[in-house]
Amino acid sequence: MPVNETLSQYSDWSYTTAVAVYVFAMVFFLVEQSFGRKGRQAAARTRSRELVGAGGPSTTVTPSTSEERPAQPRTRAERIGRMGVALTVLGALLHLASLVLRGLATSRAPWGNMYEYIAIICFVTVVTWLVVLRKSPVRHLSAFVLLPVVILMFVGGTWLYTIAAPLQPALQSYWLVIHVSAAAVGSGIFLIPGVASLLYLVKARNEKNPAKFARFGPKLPALDVLDRIAYRTTVFAFPVFTFGVLCGAVWAEAAWGRFWGWDPKETVAFIAWVIYAAYLHSRATAGWRGNRAAVINVIGFAATVFNLFFVNLVTVGLHSYA
Amino acid sequence: MTSTVTPERKQYRPTPARRALAFLRNTWRGLTSMRTALVLLFLLALAALPGALLPQHDLNEPKTREYIANHGWWGQLLDRLQFFDVYSSVWFSAIYLLLMVSLVGCLAPRSVEYVRSMRAKPVLTPRNLGRLPHHVRAEVDADPDEVLAAADRRLRGWRRVQRDETEGTRSISAERGYLRETGNLFFHFGMLGVIVAFALGAMYSYEGQVIVFADGSEASEFCNSGIYAYDSFNPGLRVDGTELTPFCLRVNDFAATYADTGQPIAYEANIEYQSGADLAADTWRPYHLEVNEPLRTEGDRVYLLDHGFAPTFTVTFPDGTSRTQAIQWRPVDNTTGLSEGATKFEPPGITDAEERRQNQLAVTGLFAPNALMHGEILTSAGPQLTNPAVAVDVMRGDLGVDSGRGQSIFEIDQSMVDSGRLERVARENLDVGEQLTLDDGTKVRFDGVDQWVSLQVSHDPTQVWVLGFAIAMFAGLGGSLFIKRRRLWVRVAPVEDADGKRRTVVEVGGLARTDQAGYGEEFAKIADDLLTGDRKAP
Repeated sequence: MPVNETLSQYSDWSYTTAVAVYVFAMVFFLVEQSFGRKGRQAAARTRSRELVGAGGPSTTVTPSTSEERPAQPRTRAERIGRMGVALTVLGALLHLASLVLRGLATSRAPWGNMYEYIAIICFVTVVTWLVVLRKSPVRHLSAFVLLPVVILMFVGGTWLYTIAAPLQPALQSYWLVIHVSAAAVGSGIFLIPGVASLLYLVKARNEKNPAKFARFGPKLPALDVLDRIAYRTTVFAFPVFTFGVLCGAVWAEAAWGRFWGWDPKETVAFIAWVIYAAYLHSRATAGWRGNRAAVINVIGFAATVFNLFFVNLVTVGLHSYA
Repeated sequence: MTSTVTPERKQYRPTPARRALAFLRNTWRGLTSMRTALVLLFLLALAALPGALLPQHDLNEPKTREYIANHGWWGQLLDRLQFFDVYSSVWFSAIYLLLMVSLVGCLAPRSVEYVRSMRAKPVLTPRNLGRLPHHVRAEVDADPDEVLAAADRRLRGWRRVQRDETEGTRSISAERGYLRETGNLFFHFGMLGVIVAFALGAMYSYEGQVIVFADGSEASEFCNSGIYAYDSFNPGLRVDGTELTPFCLRVNDFAATYADTGQPIAYEANIEYQSGADLAADTWRPYHLEVNEPLRTEGDRVYLLDHGFAPTFTVTFPDGTSRTQAIQWRPVDNTTGLSEGATKFEPPGITDAEERRQNQLAVTGLFAPNALMHGEILTSAGPQLTNPAVAVDVMRGDLGVDSGRGQSIFEIDQSMVDSGRLERVARENLDVGEQLTLDDGTKVRFDGVDQWVSLQVSHDPTQVWVLGFAIAMFAGLGGSLFIKRRRLWVRVAPVEDADGKRRTVVEVGGLARTDQAGYGEEFAKIADDLLTGDRKAP
């Protein structure tokens, strides 16, 4: 299987451009976050809208249809924020093009080494965030999601960059498509509850003591908005991640001779899984909701990042494909 | 101050039995509470961590020993505390056993509750629906019967019951999403099954590794007849090696393909095997063995793990007798295929042990599949077998094979060299067909090279159970996360308005029983259907 070098060159260019576009978008969002009058208001607005949508305790005839509020004129900051979203979409398209071109260049699924794996994780994160944006008015927080994405992509594109090449024999299996894509989608989505939970902790700190994060705290959405984003994305990512781990076990049985062998990657995946399971349980345990659940989610996020970097690059195990 | 015990309070002395019972009950309650389960989950995650950070005995024994040696008392302490055997350590087992007990303690009452709720009717309609999180109220023209019939139709798929209340008021209680709890129980029982099956697997499974030549000769045959047939063997706790699944195999060839960069693209071996009835009939079946494509036969699996080279040397002794030998050398660099090893020869026709020990020979050194000379230094340009060459030291003297110490087939006994009993008598680079001559006239020729493959045989009777439970677990997980348990009530009451016209007051209330938001939209839709649908009714 020869590698088409022209296509792989185009793939690299779109990767770099995507990172640049994300950086621009991030700057735009930071402007909105800093100068916009959104913050708390936006969060309050959605809350009221949702209550109306739910047909709250109304005593009149029909449940009122959720009427849009009379459109307020957009401020400059808001316009910049909307431009940021447009840029993010553009970046995601370039990012997608980079992945597709890489796949075409090598005639295989474009996730056979660390560089490609990080690229796909970041793509999943960005797309998930765009979906979240459609449901919750948290646009001004986008910079905090794009920041880890840009860092990851920078690290991936510089230190971990790998020239397009065919797969090594151990990876030549259709399980590569299933297992790695599930793991990447799971990990990519997990980034978002991680960020949301971090912001939750900041916000909670600020609400408890307004002197802490006095500038930043009030601009964050309400606690329950952040909590809901974290919960919904985790609930979605957890089964996907579980599926990825299970498929990994099935593949390991065919490739390495056992379905589970406490390889470092397997171990840390197990640890991350247990932590997220603890998060889901904590939401159903009195006294553990809110702050503690957010802390658990952040730990899960840390485990995911640890799994991505430390295990692949530092420890020696069967997953060292970088 | 004396205590003010009211006289009516019944006094009893806690007997030891009662105290013990209370203690047990409290322990059980504490152990099976969600909070304990959470803490145990955390401990499990924490306890698993050293396994990812420290080398483990059963994964990489040499590295573990090196680590312990390099860390002095600290390494030894960690070793004693089982930090290099994390997953079979006392503390790890304790945590997961406690977690299992906690799980069972949580699941048992939940299952009972589940059965009860599956048979129960939806709960009574609350008196004041207005206090529910979701509530709509309307007056419609249709009469109560029609409204209720329409509601009954609309709520198809919900479990529902109609009840008559006071003064002509009637209501429907409906509930949906019972599969959530089903999924939840499926998930947790599935997990329990996975753990049990995994533990059983650790008892009844085994795996063994063996190196065979890949040329269809006798040295390329392997029979799973006993532990002695293996180079290394890891039995489960209940495996003594006497009842291995009988089968035999023969490796006819091996081919490795590489890209121009030297990156491997494929490893494949053509093998033949016989198992079951074929053994008696002595028929061989062909199989194309590849990475990711193990041979599965009679519940055992055979994997292609590794490959390497076995240079062949012929030694012609001064008396004219010659001996030809090929033994596997081990790769020292997987990217270039450079290998090292020691091929050992006994001098022929010598019966005196002392004299024999002075004339044993070993051909040691490096083998390169794609030789590249840097001056006199042999390196390998790549793993492709295109231009084999060896750089050998020929050692003569006492190999130490009679010393009673076991020795590696890849090395000579260095202590023999150090004590001067084994001496280097030649050092040369040889291409295929070239030979060197020792001072006593002995000739050593490099004839060529054979390839060997390393195979692994694995046996795990419980893995199919693990898979089944894992699938149940995954299916249950989907149900327990995405299905919402929710309730809905409809109450109708006949009223007369100011004009004496008969109308019906319809109230709809809703409650989501899980913390997942999102019931609002569905509720609004149903309530809307119920109210507007009635109004359109004739």
